[in-house]
Amino acid sequence: MEIRPILSALRRNKVGACLIALQIAVTLGILCNAFYIVQQRRALVARPSGVDEADVFTVSNQWVGNPPNMAALQRADIAALRAIPGVRDVFPAASVPLSNSAMTLGITTNPDNPRSMHIAAAYLGDEHTLDTLGARLVAGRNFAASEVHELDGIFGSRPPIAGVLVTRDLAHKLAPDGQILGRVVLLFPFQIRAPVIGVIDRLQVPFVDGPDNKIGNIVEDSMVLPYRYVGDAYWYVVRVQPGALDAAMRAAPGVLAGVSHARIIEKVRAMSEARREIYRADRTMVQMLTVVCAVLLAVTAFGIVGLTSYWVSQRRRQIGIRRTLGATRVAILQYFQTENLVISIAGILVGLALALGGNLWMVDSFSTARLPLAYLVGGVLTMLALGQLAVLWPALRAASVPPAIATRTT
Amino acid sequence: MFGYYFRLSLRSFRRNIILTGLMVLAIGVGIGASMTTLTIYRAMAADPIPGKSARLFTPQIDNYGPVNLGSDTKAFQTADRLPVSLTYIDAVAFMRAHAAPRQAAMYATNVAVTPADTKQLPFRAPARATYADFFAMFDVPFEYGAPWSAQDDAARAPLVVITRQLNDRLFGGANSVGRTVTMNGDPYRVVGVMDSWNPEPRFYDLNNAFDAGGADEVYLPFTLAIARQIQSNGLSCLKSVGSGWQALLASECIWTSVWVELPTAASVRAYRSFLTNYGNAQRDSGRFHWPTHVALRNVRQWLAYRQVVSQDVSTLVLVSFAFLAVCLLNALGLMLAKFMARLGQVSVRRALGANQRAILAQCVVESGTLGLTGAAVGLGFTLLGLGLARGLFGDSSAVLTSLNGGDVAIAIAVSVCTTMLAGLYPSWRASRVQPAWQLKTQ
Repeated sequence: MEIRPILSALRRNKVGACLIALQIAVTLGILCNAFYIVQQRRALVARPSGVDEADVFTVSNQWVGNPPNMAALQRADIAALRAIPGVRDVFPAASVPLSNSAMTLGITTNPDNPRSMHIAAAYLGDEHTLDTLGARLVAGRNFAASEVHELDGIFGSRPPIAGVLVTRDLAHKLAPDGQILGRVVLLFPFQIRAPVIGVIDRLQVPFVDGPDNKIGNIVEDSMVLPYRYVGDAYWYVVRVQPGALDAAMRAAPGVLAGVSHARIIEKVRAMSEARREIYRADRTMVQMLTVVCAVLLAVTAFGIVGLTSYWVSQRRRQIGIRRTLGATRVAILQYFQTENLVISIAGILVGLALALGGNLWMVDSFSTARLPLAYLVGGVLTMLALGQLAVLWPALRAASVPPAIATRTT
Repeated sequence: MFGYYFRLSLRSFRRNIILTGLMVLAIGVGIGASMTTLTIYRAMAADPIPGKSARLFTPQIDNYGPVNLGSDTKAFQTADRLPVSLTYIDAVAFMRAHAAPRQAAMYATNVAVTPADTKQLPFRAPARATYADFFAMFDVPFEYGAPWSAQDDAARAPLVVITRQLNDRLFGGANSVGRTVTMNGDPYRVVGVMDSWNPEPRFYDLNNAFDAGGADEVYLPFTLAIARQIQSNGLSCLKSVGSGWQALLASECIWTSVWVELPTAASVRAYRSFLTNYGNAQRDSGRFHWPTHVALRNVRQWLAYRQVVSQDVSTLVLVSFAFLAVCLLNALGLMLAKFMARLGQVSVRRALGANQRAILAQCVVESGTLGLTGAAVGLGFTLLGLGLARGLFGDSSAVLTSLNGGDVAIAIAVSVCTTMLAGLYPSWRASRVQPAWQLKTQ
């Protein structure tokens, strides 16, 4: 294919060609970055919490008017919840995963060296906590019922504890040598000392990370302390047998009201709903960017179709002359395809600069990660394919121009 | 002449209805997307308390010192490594010092409200423990009654100010001043009912900066809340703390904030030196073992420091304007093609005596009509987009309902101007046609 006539024809249509190239450039710039953000967010939203989310729900509970026997009421509540058909296990929680409300503590195996402190989220729980959440131990043991103490507030009097459970991630930070079981940890700021008695496979901290990765790699650094929380506001975490969730959720408020009315139940919420709510902004971002990208590609393709169609109708006579002089239909088709390729490549070169610039702005302002090469390659291929597909229809119309047109005067 | 050009352009649209429709749609979507994100951005970056934002300040002080938070996370760090809240000790010391004409310490909490009407169930309400100056300092409007007084602060009087919504819920909107609200089992006397007041972003409560549903409904004296041991919602401790309420009050845990009104540059300077002197005194007394580090930021500086505008919104603004650019480039290209395809007609008009300006006017009217239509479609998309954007903020945010006259005017102006601009070059090209040459080639 001779490229020189294409270039000289383009030179006569500078503005139109530049417009297409610019559209391709901006589209590529947005596409690469938007698609990268979408992929990051999808990974974020899909991050497992370590909870058996399909079968767990929470009931928020706040006692009203400081009833004197809150611990006894709680025991009655738990017994009543357990009696609901299909309920597998229950525990009272001061914080729950996917809720954004957390207690974070400092934890270290080496109290003399403040630099060895790690920040981790502390869940208060009892011997039922692991089974209720659906979290799995990979080493050591669970709390025994006799080891669990009641606590009416973390700032109240705190009985000493016999052990703590930590997640695998946290264990790895506390003891890189892998020997965590039995090692005594110190918890700041409460000066609680206890040995690690078990390692949990996975349990995410109550809050989730944002796109800025500010939470960083502490997102699975959790511990469970053997304190059954009997303060005036907490959640009941309830795990049900598969399939029993809806019925149990409907039954729970009435069952609790049967124990006492002096309370506020603000929310009965499935874990899956909690996940949807906490990641709502990220899901919205994914949806918006996906829609924008799709419409953008459509608009760009539509622009290419429109301008090329115009060029084709403008050059009908020239095309006819070329056909008369022996050019095949394929040659005409190839002419317009090559022309589009030339414009696309020019646009892509500018677009790559825009994509990198946009990414640099995001790295600079929000410390997001660098754009991986794969996204650039993918973007370039998409734009080339888009250009070729969009040009196909006008090019086919050009190829079908009959040679006889050259002999007509208009 | 304008009417004639307008009819001509309508005829031209009709001749190519699909192309025109797609152009209008593309412009509309571009305008809709960019105006949606711009509106959200403007709401997020808005001045929550215009006229006063430069005079309201919040102090910060480094009570942690060079603590190592590890390299694991940046979640609890600010750019200048200052804590974002104050200890109870410091908040009370600032209040006692009275270094500002108006000042209020505060913290967020929740109370359990038991309605007097026993048919209503008890419910939780977001509450704020603060001082009397809060209301005057933040220009809070009152529907009934008035704030409590400084004497009430000192006397730890069991008084509350409630919002209009809570008043509607508890007292059916009647003047409830003097009546009793039961909170956490204790009686409180209503002294005032606030009128609608919802500064966004809620600069003094950035955990709930945009969520109208999370706004405080109950305001009670700070001194009383402390006496009744009502705990703060947010609490952060990096140093050891003993057991019990008194130990918490005496601890280095941070959970309060202080806002002060400093009307003049001199009073700002004076407050700064007060803060520095206070920090130095704490160091001298042995509480801090590190150089004094304090800050005093006004509302705007505070919002920027706490990065209130979400990065998602900034990103979307950029993306949507780039998107608008593509839509306009597209419109420009298609208009160019359209006008160029009509050069024959233009030549005939020129040959019949129309001058260049007449041709230009005709083309500009046509592209302007297209722009106006696109703008109208764009406004529709903007409303749709703001509805979709609910997901970014939560259903109750006022951000979504804040598409005011100014925003609409901006949207229309931007869309008409940009499409006119996009139409200008093709119009100019069309008007420059050499009629004789064009006619001859036909």
